[in-house]
Amino acid sequence: MMNTWIAASVVAVIAGVTGFFAVLRGSSFAAHAIPNGAFAGAAGAGLLGFNVIWGLAVFAVGGALGIAALGRRARQDVVTALALVLMLGIGALFLSFSTEYAEVTYSLLFGEVFGVSSGVLLPITVLGVISVAILALMYRPLLLSSALPEIAETRGISSRRMELGFLLVMALATSMTVPVVGALLMFALMIGPSAAARSFAKRPGQAMALGVGIALVTVWAGIAASYQTNWPLGFYVGVIAAGFFLAGQVWTALRRSGLRHPVVYARAGGIRI
Amino acid sequence: MPHIFRAIVEPGLLSSGPVRTAILVGTVVAVTSAVVGVFTVIRGQSFAGHSLADVATTGGAGAFLAGVNQFWGFLVVGVVAAGIMELIGVQRRRGRDVATGVVLGAALGAAALFLYLGTQTSSTTGASFTVLFGSMFVISPDTVPALIVSGVLALVVVAVLSRVLLFTSVSPEVAAARGVPVKAVGVAYLAVLAVAVSLSAVAIGTVLSTALLIGPAATAVHLTKRPARAMITAAVIGTAATWLGILLAYDSYYWPPSRRGWPVSFFVVVFVVAAYLVSYVRRPGRRPPLDRATEPGHDRDEVTVCSPA
Repeated sequence: MMNTWIAASVVAVIAGVTGFFAVLRGSSFAAHAIPNGAFAGAAGAGLLGFNVIWGLAVFAVGGALGIAALGRRARQDVVTALALVLMLGIGALFLSFSTEYAEVTYSLLFGEVFGVSSGVLLPITVLGVISVAILALMYRPLLLSSALPEIAETRGISSRRMELGFLLVMALATSMTVPVVGALLMFALMIGPSAAARSFAKRPGQAMALGVGIALVTVWAGIAASYQTNWPLGFYVGVIAAGFFLAGQVWTALRRSGLRHPVVYARAGGIRI
Repeated sequence: MPHIFRAIVEPGLLSSGPVRTAILVGTVVAVTSAVVGVFTVIRGQSFAGHSLADVATTGGAGAFLAGVNQFWGFLVVGVVAAGIMELIGVQRRRGRDVATGVVLGAALGAAALFLYLGTQTSSTTGASFTVLFGSMFVISPDTVPALIVSGVLALVVVAVLSRVLLFTSVSPEVAAARGVPVKAVGVAYLAVLAVAVSLSAVAIGTVLSTALLIGPAATAVHLTKRPARAMITAAVIGTAATWLGILLAYDSYYWPPSRRGWPVSFFVVVFVVAAYLVSYVRRPGRRPPLDRATEPGHDRDEVTVCSPA
């Protein structure tokens, strides 16, 4: 049980930090596609007898590279969708070859957080520290490039390179966390808490810290509830994260109703039509 | 010549009941998805399209649990989720992305619960596999009329709305200024999208239905300037990919390693992605207006890093 708490907390921290940028950059789709597509790699590795981690890493990195490369000259969301679909199509093929598909599918998609062995903890933590460290190194240029890509370009920060770097960090984080929490849970943890935090915080650093905090609370509450009721953790995490997001929306709406100046209003909401 | 033909098309292909159903349903799905997909690609809502398919998993799993036909589960949950996405405010590009993500996350959580409860109450462990990846060869015949009717319905709605939809997709501001109810059109469109996606979710599985929605449409938008021509091109590509996929999947029962057949979805996806890559490589230097009009950044929202002070 201790392992579960530690692993889930590490995953929540990684998800909070990467999720902050995913929400800011509007790349929720990539955050969904990379873990989900990587799941196909795990199925392939299982079939060929490799360690699942290698399959996840190959597919996650391959997906990230593919999205970044093709995204240069085409619509990013289309490319992401097709990369995801191709990876899952290959995954369907792998699963049809193997004989034990149902259980494998379920655990890879929804995670097996209560079955974490202590041997997994060290690699997860190390990879988590590496991904957070890379994001810390990239923090300022990535933040500028995410919020104001044109201005970042004039300062010599290539938005292509930032995109590639960010997707690779996401791939790195994914390949370690998917076997533990599952592809779907990783996505819910990345987007919900970070999106909620953005409504409450005023500064980027605060938003990131708050996002990590909300992710931690979500996971802890989810584990406790899941342990009590025996219902899957993914359910609780998805619902709690959505609840935080909703609270953030309500909070923003309440505060915004106090704002009257049109410029402030426009800035707060983007110009609505 | 007949020998070559027989080597490609296994004897008995067209006399097999499941294959005929697969071809019929596959064609309806391919055409509907392609036409709706053109608007999805132009509006930059690929994520919403994929999410609605994934969200429909929840409906499929719930229906499986309740013992209702999966199709209705897909449909109801899809339309409800589309409404919620629009409600949270999907007009702004980035807000839309996050709203879609949150709805998707919550729905997937519920899917996890339903699938879990499903494995508790019955011994059918294959449920999650069927819901996710589907199979064209196991469509129950009593679902077929409902599939065709809702497909035709989606096509009719898109045909009626097409001009308005195109207008609001390409320049929402001008449309709003002319008095077009942009929000209502958006809701109607997402409802159609939900219907189309539920349809293909039944046929080739929720996850892979994205392939037929996005792939042919994105390819067609690369190839042609005119919306009507793009829809026809997309429908042709989607149908061709589906037919070839069914053909090869039928053949593959004689292939290694297991002689159990390769999944239809695999073949369809490979063809769809291959078509897209060909159009991507061959595309002219100047991007067609349809594709350029809504490229990311063209109508970028004002960016707020956090909520303003």
